[in-house]
Amino acid sequence: MNDFIQILFDTLLDILPIAAIIFGFQYLVIRRKVKNLPAVLAGFVMVLFGLAFFLLGLEKALFPMGTLMAEQLSSHDFLPALADGIQRHWTDYYWVYIFAFTIGASTTIAEPSLIAVSIKAGEISGGTINPMMLRIAVALGMAFGITLGTWRIVMGYPLQWFVLGAYILVIIQTLRSPKSIIPLAFDSGGVTTSTITVPIIAALGLGLASSIPGRSPIMDGFGMIALACLFPIITVMGYAQIAEWLEKRKQPSTTSVEHQHNG
Amino acid sequence: MEFALTLLRQARDSLRDLAPVVLVIGFFQLVVIRQPLPDSVQLFDLVSGLIFVVIGLTLFIKGLQLGLFPIGESLAQAFARKGSVFWLLLFSFALGFGSTVAEPALIAVAAKAAEVVAEGGLILNTPEAQSAFAFNLRMVVAASVGTAVVVGVLRILKGWPLHLMIIGGYVLVLLLTLVAPDAMIGIAYDSGGVTTSTITVPLVTALGVGLATAIKGRNPMLDGFGLIAFASVMPIIFVLIFGLLGV
Repeated sequence: MNDFIQILFDTLLDILPIAAIIFGFQYLVIRRKVKNLPAVLAGFVMVLFGLAFFLLGLEKALFPMGTLMAEQLSSHDFLPALADGIQRHWTDYYWVYIFAFTIGASTTIAEPSLIAVSIKAGEISGGTINPMMLRIAVALGMAFGITLGTWRIVMGYPLQWFVLGAYILVIIQTLRSPKSIIPLAFDSGGVTTSTITVPIIAALGLGLASSIPGRSPIMDGFGMIALACLFPIITVMGYAQIAEWLEKRKQPSTTSVEHQHNG
Repeated sequence: MEFALTLLRQARDSLRDLAPVVLVIGFFQLVVIRQPLPDSVQLFDLVSGLIFVVIGLTLFIKGLQLGLFPIGESLAQAFARKGSVFWLLLFSFALGFGSTVAEPALIAVAAKAAEVVAEGGLILNTPEAQSAFAFNLRMVVAASVGTAVVVGVLRILKGWPLHLMIIGGYVLVLLLTLVAPDAMIGIAYDSGGVTTSTITVPLVTALGVGLATAIKGRNPMLDGFGLIAFASVMPIIFVLIFGLLGV
């Protein structure tokens, strides 16, 4: 109970400045009554309690479980025994990669801010974007980014190469994707890393970096988030490219049917 | 009555959204790790925690649709009608700065970053120097998000192409990476990801889409999105410059 009050208070501190800015500008600059004020206020209260419950649940269940499993999977007891003097091969960590991929994908599906953006995208695209497909595309990108991040820590390669490679991919894809998807794709990189995913990825990075000789937990633990932000851009543009390609493939057959009708 | 029904439907969606996480954790615990839970993790806490997450997610999404989305859009439309660019930009900066400066994830990352930098020898290894660094870093990141929302809103007003601006941002990031101190690079890249919180994202999205809908000649799909993209690149640039300027 005490935990809940503490979390509720922290969430309130987080929302308060935003509410102050919104209502301040509404009443001092715009000087117009808020339409449907009771509903808007009820919405703010629901967001406050919703976020507090959500965080409390995460702290009770998902975070302890996620960090525990991340530590167990990367610890020496879990990995196959080694003969003396033999370097561990990077493939020995296969459970870590599978865990990184599946936990990254599944937590992204449940990410509240991604749900929010996908609802908006579905609304204004007039049905051409399926919110669930968008979320799956983002989740796959996120999962790939995190998996690559764990592999980078195992190998000890510098982060810059990976970021550079991802940037180049993003740029090439930007030039070839349908124009209308580009802003949404760029946005989806930023929305994935807000509430659920960051603490679990951070634990995974930290656990991995501290169990592998030669890695420093504080230096190598960073950088997972950066990769997790880049790959959703690539998969969302990929999703649009595939959708457009399927549409194009369908079109010739439908026009030929029309021809037959006319003739 | 109808409200209760939509709430129930949302609760069902939340359960569906959470199912993959439960499956992944269950699979790894029962099939791969196969070890009893330690005392620190109680089964009761796990079950009650999951129920809280479902309740929270349901209330949050419902509250967004009732409160945050409508007010974000109506404010954007009111600004567009009023035609005062100055107030709109001031609002944008305040929204970006205000929602970031108190963000718990940023406070945590800033503290951690101070440790890294002290270890790397960029600042003195004393608590005072570390907390001063953490505070400065938070201010720099908050200012960068404020600037990002301002630039993003200007883009919507002027109709500038987003991809050229973001690619330009990437090039700037890469150039700065070459010259910035090593210890700052990971911190800078990660600070782009922690700034976009659960409340900021829906609000900023509603602001962008609302503006693009209200302004003639703008397409909400092409021009409405993109604010978050700026909010995730700008902090990297600002933090790298902050690192370059000797912290």
